Amino acid sequence: MTSHGRTHGALAAGIALAAGAIALAATQQNRRRHRDHPADDAPGFTARRDFGRYEVVGRSVTIARPRAELFAFWRDFSNLAQFMENLIEVSPAGTDGHSVWTIRAPAGQSVQVETRIAREVDGELIAWRSVEGSDIDTEGRITFEDAPGERGTRVGLIIAYVPPMGEAGRVAAKLFRREPEVQARHDLKRFKMLMETGEIATSVRRKDAARAAKMENA
Amino acid sequence: MRALTWHGTKDVRVETVDDPEIVNPRDAIIKVSSTAICGSDLHLYDGVIPGMMAGDVLGHEFMGEVVETGPASTLQKGQRVVVPFTISCGGCFHCRIEQYSACENSNPVEKQDASATLYGHPMAGLFGYSHMTGGYSGGQAEYVRVPFSDVGPIVVPDHLEDEKVLFLSDILPTGWMAAENAEIQPDDTVAVWGCGPVGLFAVQAALAMGAARVIAIDHYPHRLELAHKLGAETINFRETHVREALLEMTGGIGVDAAIDAVGMEAHGFAIDNMIDVVKQKVGIGADRASVFKQALLAVRPGGRLSVPGVYGGMTDKFPLGALMEKGITVRAGQTHVQRYTDRLLAMIEEGVLDTTFLISHTLPLEEGPRGYRCFREEQNTWTKVVLKPGMEPEQ
Repeated sequence: MTSHGRTHGALAAGIALAAGAIALAATQQNRRRHRDHPADDAPGFTARRDFGRYEVVGRSVTIARPRAELFAFWRDFSNLAQFMENLIEVSPAGTDGHSVWTIRAPAGQSVQVETRIAREVDGELIAWRSVEGSDIDTEGRITFEDAPGERGTRVGLIIAYVPPMGEAGRVAAKLFRREPEVQARHDLKRFKMLMETGEIATSVRRKDAARAAKMENA
Repeated sequence: MRALTWHGTKDVRVETVDDPEIVNPRDAIIKVSSTAICGSDLHLYDGVIPGMMAGDVLGHEFMGEVVETGPASTLQKGQRVVVPFTISCGGCFHCRIEQYSACENSNPVEKQDASATLYGHPMAGLFGYSHMTGGYSGGQAEYVRVPFSDVGPIVVPDHLEDEKVLFLSDILPTGWMAAENAEIQPDDTVAVWGCGPVGLFAVQAALAMGAARVIAIDHYPHRLELAHKLGAETINFRETHVREALLEMTGGIGVDAAIDAVGMEAHGFAIDNMIDVVKQKVGIGADRASVFKQALLAVRPGGRLSVPGVYGGMTDKFPLGALMEKGITVRAGQTHVQRYTDRLLAMIEEGVLDTTFLISHTLPLEEGPRGYRCFREEQNTWTKVVLKPGMEPEQ
């Protein structure tokens, strides 16, 4: 992490903390198991190992917009349903940064997750965690870093979760194309489209076809 | 509206389909006045491009009149525009460095996975060219929905007729970029494989960029004659051993630069090409890369190979050693059309470039299927087909 250490010491520490919090028990267990292996500089979620009972998905995308603008858009969670296909809505719950996320699930179901902001660094990162009693045990983090030169901002998303209904739930999600790995990739690309172009690309010829496609995915 | 649709190998039809409408804010709707059949449309016609679906509207070379604009379009109703075949957002990293055909935002997210799996990165959106490149309805139709209409379309002056500017949509910039990618120096000898429209425009461009000699290679006498008229020397590969001829014509040095304007459906008598024909027929997804391979062997050490010809999959028995040991530079890619349109339009206006010599046939859109069949089967004389939605059929 030398490049981080040189340029963004505080950020690196923040990310390390957040990464540590992600799937905490599982990763620590793995670290012990892999103690003899030298670490590398690749993001943790690209590791070949698994994270125990947690599924961890991560994706990065470079968006040619200023960091502050992207952070501000994301920080208003009610914006997220514009590009997150499986998100029905995010609504505030209480006054202490809690939100309720209503998410589409396989076979026409939906699940609700209440989260709290676990950590926030203005313009740099937002981390959230599900509260006790949510339908899904999950935590996530979105980070914003300046990309080299004129390239804009490197946006990283990591989500860790315990698949509902265990392995069966994971297989069901895959069958219904709701696999979080695919979703994370698609959602981040739609976020990029919206920020860079003001719209989300579609090849349909007519608006009703666009609506039909959306209902099909719903 | 009436539109030319794909239904399978060698099966295209003109049908009535839903009119397009404005879907996104930056869209415009174009009423097509002229549209051409591209050599690369024949790859679709022959069924060798994956990701086609029955009913897809073909066509990526088109122009016409702006008849409707979204709230964020910069076009105005009534303007005459030529539309680049590459769909580019103008705002992503690649568009900003003028690598428009690598646009990151024009291929819809759900369509990106196929090409990302095959190539490591998703392709940009293209009009009328399979769902790998977005599944956008193409221009061989009465109307087209044009996304990002503030970036792609180029407004053309009324005094230039369609035939003079239509090819700004693809083949003229493609021929131009092919020559640019060949990094032509004065005194260079450049060999161009394929005297289809792109190859012929590459001949023109290479000479305009100062090549001392251009040698054009094909097997259709009429196409070779067109190349000859442009100022190229010619080789008919049915009559002549191409590599031997190129070596002898350059005093043993070999050509400085080679342009493969043929692509994945090369003709040729080499045994590996025949095997590739069989593989392609049974759908193994192999490209017939005999021109690419021959060009690598023909180009001199330290020379350049430019590839505007379309390839889509894999090839084997590739002369990797020749590439490395001779130190060949290879440059390829779909054309960054928007990078060239202004410059080339100016050259057309000044009379420096004339592309009308290419057009052999102009047909009503309704006769599109015949256009495809003849462009495919009678390549010697059918050099370029322009379709016009508004044209009355011959009685």
